[in-house]
Amino acid sequence: MIEVRGVSKRYRLGQIGLTSLRAELERWWQRRRGVDGTGAAVEDFWALRDVSFDVQPGEVMGIIGRNGAGKSTLLKILSEITEPTEGEIRLRGRTASLLEVGTGFHPELSGRENVFLNGAILGMRRAEIVRKFDEIVAFAEVDQFIDTPVKRYSSGMYVRLAFAVAAHLEPEILVVDEVLAVGDHAFQQKCLGKMQDVAQREGRTVLFVSHNMAAVTRLCDRAVHLARGGVVAMGPARKIVGSYLAQATEAKGIWIRPATLARRGKVTFSAVQICNATGAALSVVSQRDPIRVALDCQEHATTTAWVLRVSIYDREGNELLAAQDVGHALARGARPERPVRAGCTFPGALLRPGEYTVGVSACELAGDQAVALYEEIQPVVSFEVSPEGFTGSVAGALMGVVAEWNSLP
Amino acid sequence: MPLAVETGAAYERVIRPGRAWYRMDWARLFHYRDLLWILVRRDFVARYQQTILGPLWFVVQPLVTTAVFTLVFGRALRTPTDGVPPFLFYLCGMLVWSYFSNVLNSTGSTFTMNAAMFGKVYFPRVVVPLAAVISNLIAFAVQAATFLAVYAGVRLFASGPMGIEANFATLAVLPLLLLQTALFALGCGLLLSALSAKYRDLQHAVPLLVQLWMFATPIIYPLSQLSPKAQWLAAVNPLTSIVELFRLGFFGVGTVGAGHVAFSIGATLVVLGAGFAWFHRVERAVVDTV
Repeated sequence: MIEVRGVSKRYRLGQIGLTSLRAELERWWQRRRGVDGTGAAVEDFWALRDVSFDVQPGEVMGIIGRNGAGKSTLLKILSEITEPTEGEIRLRGRTASLLEVGTGFHPELSGRENVFLNGAILGMRRAEIVRKFDEIVAFAEVDQFIDTPVKRYSSGMYVRLAFAVAAHLEPEILVVDEVLAVGDHAFQQKCLGKMQDVAQREGRTVLFVSHNMAAVTRLCDRAVHLARGGVVAMGPARKIVGSYLAQATEAKGIWIRPATLARRGKVTFSAVQICNATGAALSVVSQRDPIRVALDCQEHATTTAWVLRVSIYDREGNELLAAQDVGHALARGARPERPVRAGCTFPGALLRPGEYTVGVSACELAGDQAVALYEEIQPVVSFEVSPEGFTGSVAGALMGVVAEWNSLP
Repeated sequence: MPLAVETGAAYERVIRPGRAWYRMDWARLFHYRDLLWILVRRDFVARYQQTILGPLWFVVQPLVTTAVFTLVFGRALRTPTDGVPPFLFYLCGMLVWSYFSNVLNSTGSTFTMNAAMFGKVYFPRVVVPLAAVISNLIAFAVQAATFLAVYAGVRLFASGPMGIEANFATLAVLPLLLLQTALFALGCGLLLSALSAKYRDLQHAVPLLVQLWMFATPIIYPLSQLSPKAQWLAAVNPLTSIVELFRLGFFGVGTVGAGHVAFSIGATLVVLGAGFAWFHRVERAVVDTV
């Protein structure tokens, strides 16, 4: 079981990033001269503030919240990657945490060697890996290539192998980040299925952090909703997801990146908005009108090919529509450090009147596979589809196409 | 799940701020011993995969350096070598020095080199520098074999008195000296990686310092060439007595006193202890700064 008691984490904004010897000397010199060298430059930022909750043995707990709510910090503390500033966590049982798949994979080593390397990094003993080796290879479907260096793998194979190792961890407590965001859909489903199996049949305690509300509702018994580093609500997963999605509709039509939102990936979103055909921002779209999502992103480092993805969710968190841009993907790597603007237009007459949310993500691309998530913001904006008289869409169905009816001779 | 509760109770971990610097979790380090060997293998394979000469580089590098030293210091500058053939003299010094500097170079940037991995998963970080200490032993073994081949060749085929006589009592303690070199290099590497996690400037300063350090160590000159005052100063460097003892073992010449050795061992232990403690202290929150 997991007991989290009053956990807080403070970052000194002035200290994040590189410290040079010179900066340190300057600070020391200022202190010596009686000038308060620590005051002005250092700003405290509480990524987590007094977070407490329990996870019972055999329970699957979801952690949800907007970007910057403190989910990643909580995961890092639970995984012992960094220390809390205050508070205490007790973990009873062997713990494994999975914040990324394929951590430590070395391109020059063969698939076989990487399975051992990655397994050992995740805390497995050699004997344990030997015992599960055939199962891991079968799960990853890479049998013929197991002695080939992984740099010759297709990205799909790479991700599958990395995932297979992770899926065969057998801790009593498993802490999982949104690693499911990569890989092809069929394989994602296979992994979700495996996780569900493990949690239900083997009674493993799982802490699952995700933007995928449908997955949280499906997999988790209970959920914790974090916002601005604190616990907002805790309870049955379905209920918490519902109240979270209802609250998230605050950002109507347009979202502009808040200054407090830390950047993690090589590509970040700076603004997202819903607009009409002429580019004017709006939050209510007529049922027959196309829905255009305008994205402003920024590349922060030289990237290889990457893609944008836009999804539309209903209020229960079901992903109704999703579109990945293929056309621009390959051209982008060539112009680093430049803002990228993109528009994604969904045809009209697909959604029933009601409230919807939009999620956006940017992923590194290898071949036609998303291999690493740069940033995902979900939900980012909400919008409303307004009714246009009687269109024939039926309540109860997820989507409501305005179909064309005519009498046949 | 009564079973989970039972096994769980036996295995409890508490995460709280301010883990004491002196409390290494040895049991956990022991759990990761398999990772240590896998990392040793990775270091070795990754370095020489797709190079034409492969591990032969271990032989080529010191041989070429030694040949250059022989030409420059032996032939041109005529630096005395305690009567030992210059090539052999330099090769012996380089044997110790290249192991030390290789370990220092590969452990000194542990946090900065592994930042991506350390940000995603926890395992006792000290496993990484430990693996480097061991994987560099492979290079040392190959170089030692090269040295022994040259040494044997000189003793068998060289005509006339070469002035080299092995000192078997000293040869017997060479494995211990190697261990001391490893521990000292590890200590320096741990200190350096803890420091360079905070001060990036060090990344640029270190290669320079390592080079200067080599000239401060009696690698290309014998300690006996220094004035007594300078000898005392050189002995502050723990590597001095190690290098001199290596040469005493193989050639029967070397300037080394019991005081030097005792100081060198003491300094090694202090550096190692300080290295572990500081590394452990930095490890706790390094991902917040790197």
